[in-house]
Amino acid sequence: MQVTNTADPTYFHKVVDCQWACPAHTPVPEYIRLIGQGRYDDAYMINWVSNVFPGVLGRTCDRPCEPACRRGRVEENNGAQPEPVAICRLKRVAADLKADVSARMPGIAPFNGKRIVCVGAGPSSLTVARDLAPLGYEVTLFDGEAKAGGFIRTQIPRFRLPEAVIDEETNYILDMGVKFHSGQRINSMQALLAQGYDAVFVGSGAPRGRDLHVPGRTEAAEHIHIGIDWLASVSFGHISRIGERVIVLGGGNTAMDCCRSARRLGGSDVKVVVRSGYEEMKASPWEKEDAVHEGIPILNYHVPKSFEHSAGKLTGMTFELVRAEYDAKGKRSLIPTGEADVFIACDTVLVAVGQENAFPWIESDCGIDFDKWGLPVLGKGTFQSSNPKVFFGGDAAYGPKNIITAVAHGHEAAVSIDRLLHGEALTQRPPPMTNLLSQKMGIHEWSYHNDVSNDLRFKVPWAAAEKALASIKVEVELGFDAATAFKEASRCLNCDVQTVFNRTTCIECDSCMDICPMDCISFTHNGEETDLRARLKAPAKNLTQDLYVSGELKTGRIMVKDEDVCLHCGLCAERCPTGAWDMQKFLLNTTPAGPRCRDSHFAHIVTAEAA
Amino acid sequence: MTYIAKPRMHHPTLTTNKVGYTRRDYEGPISTLCAGCGHDSISAAIIQACWELDIEPHRVAKLSGIGCSSKTPTYFLGASHGFNTVHGRMPSVLTGAYLANRDLLYLGVSGDGDSASIGLGQFANAMRRGVNMAYIVENNGVYGLTKGQFSATADRGSKSKKGAINTDSPIDLVGLALQLGATYVARSFSGDKEQLIPLIKGALAHGGAAFIDVISPCVTFNNHSGSTKSYEFIRQHNEAVSRIDFFPPGEEITASYAPGEVVDVPQNDGSTLRLRKLHEDYDSTDRYAAMSYMNEHAARGEVVTGLLYLDPLPTDLHTSLNTCDRPLNALGVTDLCPGSQALDKINSGLR
Repeated sequence: MQVTNTADPTYFHKVVDCQWACPAHTPVPEYIRLIGQGRYDDAYMINWVSNVFPGVLGRTCDRPCEPACRRGRVEENNGAQPEPVAICRLKRVAADLKADVSARMPGIAPFNGKRIVCVGAGPSSLTVARDLAPLGYEVTLFDGEAKAGGFIRTQIPRFRLPEAVIDEETNYILDMGVKFHSGQRINSMQALLAQGYDAVFVGSGAPRGRDLHVPGRTEAAEHIHIGIDWLASVSFGHISRIGERVIVLGGGNTAMDCCRSARRLGGSDVKVVVRSGYEEMKASPWEKEDAVHEGIPILNYHVPKSFEHSAGKLTGMTFELVRAEYDAKGKRSLIPTGEADVFIACDTVLVAVGQENAFPWIESDCGIDFDKWGLPVLGKGTFQSSNPKVFFGGDAAYGPKNIITAVAHGHEAAVSIDRLLHGEALTQRPPPMTNLLSQKMGIHEWSYHNDVSNDLRFKVPWAAAEKALASIKVEVELGFDAATAFKEASRCLNCDVQTVFNRTTCIECDSCMDICPMDCISFTHNGEETDLRARLKAPAKNLTQDLYVSGELKTGRIMVKDEDVCLHCGLCAERCPTGAWDMQKFLLNTTPAGPRCRDSHFAHIVTAEAA
Repeated sequence: MTYIAKPRMHHPTLTTNKVGYTRRDYEGPISTLCAGCGHDSISAAIIQACWELDIEPHRVAKLSGIGCSSKTPTYFLGASHGFNTVHGRMPSVLTGAYLANRDLLYLGVSGDGDSASIGLGQFANAMRRGVNMAYIVENNGVYGLTKGQFSATADRGSKSKKGAINTDSPIDLVGLALQLGATYVARSFSGDKEQLIPLIKGALAHGGAAFIDVISPCVTFNNHSGSTKSYEFIRQHNEAVSRIDFFPPGEEITASYAPGEVVDVPQNDGSTLRLRKLHEDYDSTDRYAAMSYMNEHAARGEVVTGLLYLDPLPTDLHTSLNTCDRPLNALGVTDLCPGSQALDKINSGLR
């Protein structure tokens, strides 16, 4: 194999599994360490810089970081149910326990003469505003609702996300001199373009819930609601009751929010009914568990056949029973089992079978191209549409995803807008800002906690069920207290503290190989990757994890480290007599909009380095 | 040394051996020796060998004397019996223990100071008597615990870290072991586990006096240029005369070699040692030839390693003493004191 190029920032970035998996690349271990030290303000600000809504995301994030977390892999076959670090809930701890951080918000530069408009005031638009307003841009937000937040505010039930948290984090941005026009839905892109803004950002989400057209839909329409619209009505207090027997159709997170909301609005018999199998449901595993925890049955392999009604009133639904079959390519088809159809009586049906994008307000002559699915055609990574001044982000860009993805889109779009308005090419993206620093304090002393905790994942405490189910406004999860947060934070393996190997000082004494608790390190002869992976001290079967390969050592062998289950305990470095191993903290921050994302900045650096 | 305990977690694919233990179960507490010490590599090799041999840890007695090397039994086989003896007296205590309980597997761990200086007489007599044990000397040529003075195995002309030249002749423990009747004699290097692990396995399965001299660089006091026991010097001057493969009892021997290249030596316990010759003119079963071969190469400054001598039919102390098969410590009062009738019988035989 080729010698690993650790100068490429992606190499060490990939070792930090959580940060790599996060769409916004939040430096997770960095803020978890700060939480462990009780530095909640600092932890919050690291999050805020990177993901803009720490308090919101700490309760509602889809947490792509957690399935990626190394802790889940190292706990495998170690006598416990393997579980990742509770990254998301630790983020909430930072938001809950912090002091007032308003003084730490960025200063606002004088007006730079450029005007930006954002359509919608959801997470992606707010991120664009947050990134651009401090630079001196005049940012204007339009939203059809009275308050900013978009789907954060309308779709997520209050028992998961109190309104105060949304207000706090949207206000940090609105207080940056952003012009927020509430209650003003944009009805014409043409009219908007005519107002002479320098750039337009469309962050209007995927506002249309998919309907289910089976017999009886129109006749029983009064008691059939589209999930996201119903959730919004609940959120605004337009709806406060629901029938006792409720069927929720769909297996995504919206369906989970619908069923749990229904349970709190008088639905005593709430069922979720899905076409697919339980395992294949789109909802996050923890959201499914939360629903089941509240006594909501999930019936799978039921395909809706018709709405039953009598005298214009919904009486129930009929379902066909199916089973899943997979062809050679792994494609699933649902085959009727032949059993009799199932009738489930109900008073209300909530349809949560997906969302669609809708841009009826963008005229065809705006120079904005759409693909066959109705999504805008965008430059890869630039979020620029075929109209160079118009950008898309969040659900409006690539269809319904989640908040953290919308934030990531917002950051990139802000970089694009900043570069565009400085006359720079958008396809050229700024490299991340990285730093690699030794953590050595003494012979056995590191500036991070390297003694690996054996604790299992701590459970977040819940409000008592009778209290939680009594009101839609009572937050169910209570969040970790400081003591539990400390213990949960200690489960983090500090994957950002990298094992860095120096070939020239290695004397091949084997100490690192002998001490490594996870058998990650081998000294052997070089070979092809597949061959090498098979003959290491422990087989390296996880192909998604890189091998760290050194150049040839004095004996002609090479050092190979399998990054997969490294505990980052630093024992290799402690047992190394020559300091050939060192533990170095790798900090990566994506480059935000502003001077550092522009070519002029790099030209400056390159000149400095050459000198 | 290291302050944190080695994390309990292990690789997800770590497997158990026939007696139900993982390799990690053969470890002890974390080493307090200097980082990079060759001794720690030897400990790792012992752990690996015992795991591969499916040895039950409680059937092993590990004995040592005083010194860096003699500290190491703390760091492996945490569930075995251990005895840290007076300086240089490990062979005597081990002999006693072996006489009392012949059923345990005896592992003697010592160093060049412990065996070649203060304990040379003990070492010599244990070899002579054919005590059934694996005797490992972790040989670094210096007194590490007292800051690096030359030990009795330091080569004449080699240089200390401070620059002093050694003027004394070295004691060659391998030569002594050969001369004194050890039936399994090997030399290896802590930095070559591929060679060392099978040698330890062979020694543990040997059934007689097995001796391994393991050159184990002292990173703190004897790993500089001018040293003849440094990682670099040994790697440059290592002449392996053989490689051995160890096959436990009942395991099919699969690898095939051209005739003349290999010798399969069946062991007392049913295992097989396969000797692969690396030097054509070297015969590991000829004690005298081995001795002169070694002397010749030593004179050229080469360090001969590998299995140097093997007597496939070793005898041991219990055989010579004609003791009973049952361990002496398992004999009850009636066995030991059979009564006046038995005494009368003996006495009458002497009249």
